[in-house]
Order: sequence, then structure tokens, then C-alpha cells
Amino acid sequence: MGAKFPSQAWADAMKEAVNSSEAYAAAAKNWEGDFYFVVSGSEEMIYMDLWHGQCRDAAYTTDPAYKTPEFKITAKHDQWVKVLQGKLDPIQGMMTRQLKLDGNLIKIMQNVKAAQELVGCATQVDTEF
Amino acid sequence: MWFFSSPQIIFGEDALDHLEELPGKRAFIVTDPVLDSLDFTARVRGHLTAAGMEVQVFAEVEPDPSIQTVRRGVAQIAAFQPDWIVGLGGGSSLDAAKGMWALYERPDLEPEEISPVFDLKLHKCKLVAIPTTSGTGSEATMYVVLSDPEQRRKISVGNRELIPTLALIDPSLTSQLPPRVTADTGLDALTHAVEAYTANFRNDYSDALALKAAELVFCYLPRAYEQGHTDSEAREKMANAATLAGLAFGNSLVGMAHALGHSFGGYFKIPHGRAVSLFLPYVMEYTANAGGSRYGEIARHLRLTDGDDEQRGARILIDATRSLEERLGQPTSIAAMGISPAALEEALETLCAHALSDSAILAAPRMPAGDELERLFLYAMEGKEVDF
Ligand SMILES: [Zn+2]
Repeated sequence: MGAKFPSQAWADAMKEAVNSSEAYAAAAKNWEGDFYFVVSGSEEMIYMDLWHGQCRDAAYTTDPAYKTPEFKITAKHDQWVKVLQGKLDPIQGMMTRQLKLDGNLIKIMQNVKAAQELVGCATQVDTEF
Repeated sequence: MWFFSSPQIIFGEDALDHLEELPGKRAFIVTDPVLDSLDFTARVRGHLTAAGMEVQVFAEVEPDPSIQTVRRGVAQIAAFQPDWIVGLGGGSSLDAAKGMWALYERPDLEPEEISPVFDLKLHKCKLVAIPTTSGTGSEATMYVVLSDPEQRRKISVGNRELIPTLALIDPSLTSQLPPRVTADTGLDALTHAVEAYTANFRNDYSDALALKAAELVFCYLPRAYEQGHTDSEAREKMANAATLAGLAFGNSLVGMAHALGHSFGGYFKIPHGRAVSLFLPYVMEYTANAGGSRYGEIARHLRLTDGDDEQRGARILIDATRSLEERLGQPTSIAAMGISPAALEEALETLCAHALSDSAILAAPRMPAGDELERLFLYAMEGKEVDF
């Protein structure tokens, strides 16, 4: 039985996937930055705090003031499903505005491998859409 | 969902004449001192004057233009308020012109903040790109590469709105290119075509352009190199090849040969085309070793093979690429560029860090893991076949 996206169960599973990925740990060893992944048209979002190749915190929330993360990526539920299934490259999604980024894109672009490994972890999570 | 973007392209003999049709009152030419001393700038100025425009020239673009040069141009543009910015030259002048266009319209941005994920909302003027080399494809893309001399690195940024309004591809402008520049820039075009065809952002539109561009390069680059002063057909085909390859990677992406080439070229001051094409066969071997590279499809399109075996086709294309580079007298190893193992060793950590943070790596079909980037540089040092 998979975890529903978005939910606390999904956030927990994603945290576990990240923290058990050696590839992510290596690719993101210098990364410092936290995110909101927001489902547009709803109040739901996932918060993730990523730090030196580890996920320090992951939470489901409907409170935009839960944290003040460095990055916020907003997309419709359908687009998140495509990202989580590995069908939509998040950078391509941002370039076509299917994903909207608030935050410093350059920092992400300079850590593309980390971003790809993160998506890789997300595709590993047993998700119920 | 994906986009296909292109400037309006006017190509062929007398394409430059089209400048006389442009509407507007003022045009600002961005070029380099060498072209300015030849008759190129005068020709362009003549056409723009015939269109009734007042013309101002900025002829200070250096190879690998710096952010500082761009800022000097922006100051002049802001005072002159042109309807058109006219980039005239190789990739350096075209990139400088695009950089000036962006920062003139958006003085609130730092160059590194230009990105494809938001709208620049350009509205003050338009851009004509007139390439005088056949290689960078800058006339057809949204990308701008500027150098930051203080950090010995290049920054590569882009936004769809920075695709030139018009690209004028007039082969008369490349007829006198020296053979070395012809080879460097022509191999850059080949690298664009091959990387665009294999990048993860590839699509049916970019594929078609990449294949045609590769075909033209293999067919006409040796002629343009060996007898370019008299072979106008080869010059025209190479001019088109470069723009087609630009459209291909502009709508797909480049790959690791560019990431390594940007990093290496920025550090050791090697011309762009020579740097990226040096790494192309090594990167192709590295990518092909993981399987499923699509190089075999290019080899089949070029009629280098009619077999279906992808690995074998890839080998054939890699060998053909090396043969082409040798025929053009290009260095095929870092050592052949006169760089010592000690100098490479000293630079290696920086080179890897810059390559890994280069946006060209974004859609690479095989992403380097562990010490693979470092090993790629070391193999390229010795001219050794990549076996990992
Ligand atoms: Zn290039």
C-alpha cells in the first residue's frame, strides 16, 4: 500500500528514501537549502530540509507559515504526479512554466546532479496518486 | 510539453541586404576590433544607413567577452536608445550583444540572474545577429556565455526572449575565415549537433535539425578548411550547418563535451570550439559505454554504416569524428595542446567543480558519478580511449 501524495506518510517515506540513497548523499554533499513543494489549487504542501546529502526534516502541511524555506516550487497535482513518476524533468517543467520556482534557480542549476538524484529518490517512493 | 523557438532566419547570398528593410531610427552595432578594421562593420553600417538609421558602433568585444565589457556596452546603449542592437561577429560578439540586450532592458538583474524560468519582458529594442564564423550557433539560441576573468570561469545563462529577432546568415562574411578558425568553429557546430541529438531534452524537431547539421559538417567542413577561400558552396553549407546546429541544441541542449570544454577552455584560455570538440570523442565513448547512446543513428544517417548494432554504430561515429579532427589538424588530446600533466593536475579539482556546476550537464544522457569526471580529463590528457 503506497503513501498518498501529498501526505505526512509520503513525506516520511521520501525522507527515508533520501536518507538511504548513497547516490543522493554523494551528489548533494555540499547542498544546503530547504523547499516547499506546493500543490497549486490546494493548501497542501510538502516541506523538505535538505542538508549536506541528508534530509533533516520532511513534513506535510497546509500552513504556508509553517517554515520560510529558501525555495518554493508550485505545480498542479497532475504535474507533480508526472515529476514523481519520472515523466517530467523538473527543470524542463520550470522552463515551460508547468512548475513555478520561487528562489535562486542558479543554485539549483549548479547542483543538477543532486536535483536529479532527489527526483530519483521520489520515483522510488511507493506513491498512491 | 516543450517549445520550439527560432529567430526569423534570412540566409544565402546578399542576406545582408535585408538590413535595408528594417524599420527604426537608430541601430547599435556590437562587434570586435578586428572586424571593425576590416570592411565588415562598414558594410553593415552602410546597409543600416540606407535604411535611414543613425548608427553607433561598439567595437570593443574581446574573445570570451567579460561581464565588464557587456556593462560598458549597456551604458552606451542606454544613452543611445537604439531600436536595434546588431551583433556582428563570432560567438563572442553575438553573446556580448545578447548580454547587452538583456541588461539594457533589465538593469535590475545581475548577469547570473538571467534564467529561462521567468519572463524578461523585453520591449525596448530588438536584436539582429549576423554571424561571421560558422560554428557557435549563437545567432539561433537563447544562450549567452560570458566570462568572469576574476574567477577564471565562464557563466552560461539563457532566456527564450534572448533568441535574436533576426538572424542574417550571409556566407560572404565567412569566405575569408582562416583555416584554424574554420576548423574550431565548424567542430563546435558538430559538437552541438551530436550533443543535441543525444541530450535528454531532445525532441523530433531538434533531431531533424541535428542530423542535417551533422551531415553538412562531415560533408563540407573539410572543404571549407582546405579550400575555403575559393569554395563558396562549402562556406554556404557550413554557415547553414552552424545555424541548424544552433537551432538543434537551442531547442534540445548540449552535453558533457560542453561542460568539460567550458570548464577547461575557461581555465586554460582555449577557444570554445577547440575545447569542446577536444572532449567530444571522449564524452561519446563514455556515453556509449553505458549503452543506448543514439550515436549509431547518426552514423546510419551519415551512411557510415547500414547496420543496426548501436554499439558498433557508435564506435564508427566516434572514429569518424576523430578522423575528421585529425584531418583538420586539431589537437586530439590535452597534451597535444601543450598543457603539461602537472598543470592539469593542479587545475583538476577546479576543472571538475566547474564542469559539474555547468548547466550544459543538465540533460547529459549519462551523468558522471564518483571520480569519472576527473578520469575523463585524465584520459583526454593522454589521448586514451575511455573504457569506463
Ligand atoms: Zn559550443
